[in-house]
Amino acid sequence: MSTDGDVLLTMRDVVIDGFSDERWHEIIKGVDVTLHRGEVLGFIGESGAGKSTLGLAAMGFARPGCRITSGEIVFDGIDLVAASERARQKLRGARIAYVAQSAAAAFNPAHTLLEQTVESSVRHGILSTSEAAEYARELYAAMDLPDPQNIGDRYPHQVSGGQLQRAMTAMAMCSKPDLIIFDEPTTALDVTTQVNVLAAMRKAILDYGTAAIYITHDLAVVAQMADRIKVLRYGEEVEEAPTDVMLSAPKHPYTKSLWAVRSIEKPGEGGAEKVLELKTVTAAYGTVPVLEDVSIAVPRGKTVALVGESGSGKSTAARVITGLLPPQAGEVLFEDEALPPALKNRTRDHLRRIQMIYQSADTAMNPRHTVREIIGRPVQFYLGKRGRAVDERVSELLGLIELDDSFMDRLPGELSGGQKQRICIARALAAEPDLIICDEVTSALDQIVQEGILKLLMKLQRQLGVSYIFITHDIATVRAIADEVVVMYQGRVVEQGLKEDIFSPPHPDYTGLLLASVPKMETGWLEKTIEALGERRHEAAEA
Amino acid sequence: MTDIPETYSATAEVAEVRTRRTWRARAWIELRKAPVSAWFGLTVIVAYIFVAVFAPLLAPHGEAQVFPQPYAPWSPMHPLGTDQIGRDVLSRLIYGARNTIGIALATTFLAFIIGGGLALVAAIARGWTDQILSRLIDVLMAIPSLIFALMLLSIFGSTVTSLIIIIAVLDSTRVFRLTRAVAMNVVVMEFVEAARLRGEGTWWIMRREILPNIMPPLVAEFGLRFCFVFLTIAALSFLGLGIQPPTADWGSMVRENASLIQFAQYDLKAGITPLLPAAAIALLTIGVNFVVDWFLMKTSGLRDEH
Repeated sequence: MSTDGDVLLTMRDVVIDGFSDERWHEIIKGVDVTLHRGEVLGFIGESGAGKSTLGLAAMGFARPGCRITSGEIVFDGIDLVAASERARQKLRGARIAYVAQSAAAAFNPAHTLLEQTVESSVRHGILSTSEAAEYARELYAAMDLPDPQNIGDRYPHQVSGGQLQRAMTAMAMCSKPDLIIFDEPTTALDVTTQVNVLAAMRKAILDYGTAAIYITHDLAVVAQMADRIKVLRYGEEVEEAPTDVMLSAPKHPYTKSLWAVRSIEKPGEGGAEKVLELKTVTAAYGTVPVLEDVSIAVPRGKTVALVGESGSGKSTAARVITGLLPPQAGEVLFEDEALPPALKNRTRDHLRRIQMIYQSADTAMNPRHTVREIIGRPVQFYLGKRGRAVDERVSELLGLIELDDSFMDRLPGELSGGQKQRICIARALAAEPDLIICDEVTSALDQIVQEGILKLLMKLQRQLGVSYIFITHDIATVRAIADEVVVMYQGRVVEQGLKEDIFSPPHPDYTGLLLASVPKMETGWLEKTIEALGERRHEAAEA
Repeated sequence: MTDIPETYSATAEVAEVRTRRTWRARAWIELRKAPVSAWFGLTVIVAYIFVAVFAPLLAPHGEAQVFPQPYAPWSPMHPLGTDQIGRDVLSRLIYGARNTIGIALATTFLAFIIGGGLALVAAIARGWTDQILSRLIDVLMAIPSLIFALMLLSIFGSTVTSLIIIIAVLDSTRVFRLTRAVAMNVVVMEFVEAARLRGEGTWWIMRREILPNIMPPLVAEFGLRFCFVFLTIAALSFLGLGIQPPTADWGSMVRENASLIQFAQYDLKAGITPLLPAAAIALLTIGVNFVVDWFLMKTSGLRDEH
């Protein structure tokens, strides 16, 4: 893309303060940004790096509780910091548009898509209502939405999440802006949906020559979208380079470490002895069937990954195993012995031997209990230890998860995301289980922290011989740590086998689509994939 | 650019290692930041408790000691005069603090044990248990509580015990509603599911998992409920069905001395006398509300925009 075109946006030495703990902190510590017309710039970094704050600042906007303290933000010759709020409002929605992470929350459920799509361009007087509606339909078609002539008459709840995200991009483009800011627009979508949305966005941006800032924490995604990538950390710029240079030769150690996460590798191994087996399990919530005829086997000391998009029945399978949802048919065998279907009929020993780790460590730990109580409780409850023996065991477990005794008296609110998840792991280990169900345990975490947690889980498996059921939608994680893979789609098992077998062709239709939809860390992947997927994606992903 | 360590260590992620302050130290820090209204409320409450506890030492005369002259004017012997049968008003005010506050506290505690306990059971069990308990409470709430209380008191008689139990049961309906609502939000959290998966019993889940997380609204409600119970008792006493003579309490003191008000045109102080117990009730109610307001502001995170 052109980097020699004229400059659209410059931000120089921007400092933004945020208010927390009753004082002002710097969240952005003097960052420079230069964006040319028609160029796409990617912001990447962990949560808390200041990506979104910086993106909003490009519109001259600071969230409540934030303020732009110094620096210069010039958009097409207009100084946004010095301009009046009124002047800035004139630009927003007209020449600068914003696409938020959650389209479902950004649309007003009481109005149709079309009404909302044309609203800003009509209000800013750029187009008349009928012109805008005409243009919106054109954009719907450009965004690859089904039935572009009539889809605008639907309400937000009548279209899927992926379609809504595309409608939101159409909304942003409707006023023919010079700059669009995308803030994690595909993070909430399934991979198979994400690839379509990305393709539609990319195409629309290219066709209309719009400049964009693309904010994400997913490297592979930014590699598809951006011409240049800026890496941010702790509110400071780490480095900036054209995408292909950044991918092939990152300079800064921090950037290198971000790239390295995807390098965990481990060969898949099978095992003869089965710890747990689901046999032809059928389960339903009320009358809604969720699992149909599902059979899964977990070998001792190995990791079985359950993959599939949301709604495929992965988490329901976990609920059946733990006894929270007794199945309608079929049985769960633990060491070749049938487990009682309902939780209340299981013995304490049954409960001890199957433990669970949740996606969100925030809600999985009681915010009013200290680490000592959280980890100590299973030690008391299952193993009957008392007093000092409990403390000693807690200390041992803290050592196992690479933390130390100073964490004993902390509350969950005083820990970072990665530490919280480690405490949850320790709580599961405290019961000395045979099987741990990990439900999306890394998906709420940043790349580096993810890597740490995955390495820890692998180390613990080697040391303690515990088996994992790893529920995830992230194929990269599966490649890293799984032995066997179970692919699920709409409540059925599509395929099950050793990791290497599943990941090498030939694939059944759905597995093929799923694997092909995972963004790769190379430029031009998106274009290739879209061609390759061809007609198949229309049928499978929009279903 | 800053130097960034190349190795990742989970321990180093949050650098500040903090030791937990004792609750006393934390309470003191909070108190020092408290607004004037909260300090005022706390002072009032502490003063009332002091008076209630040390009533026999503070009162110049006995609670039911009768002097020859009824409706005596204020004098050094009887600083606030005497009532319609010649009992010292100041002494009865002081003893009244003990009786009225004591009974109101006991009633509020009982209401919370009944209402809160049932609400937690309903929230945890859900399904039929929840339905039956909730509808039962709805039926109780549908009947105007003061009239219902009057009816029950005339059936069971106005003893202190029946007074406490009846008001507690009637007030527990509101406690139930609130506790169930806030507990429902906590019950769906994953840590409660985790406790269930661990095999914990209902009692543990109630006490250890849910209760600590719903304490702030409950404490605030306790303060408000206390005021309402207090007013209900005073109202019932004023109607003659509350605390029975010769036990001193503020509600009946207002009623017994109400006729003194017509002497205000001759002696202003005589006119003030029946208003004093009413003022005592009002002051305590205001004090408690100030403290509750402050507490709610501290715990709910509702603050003025900066």
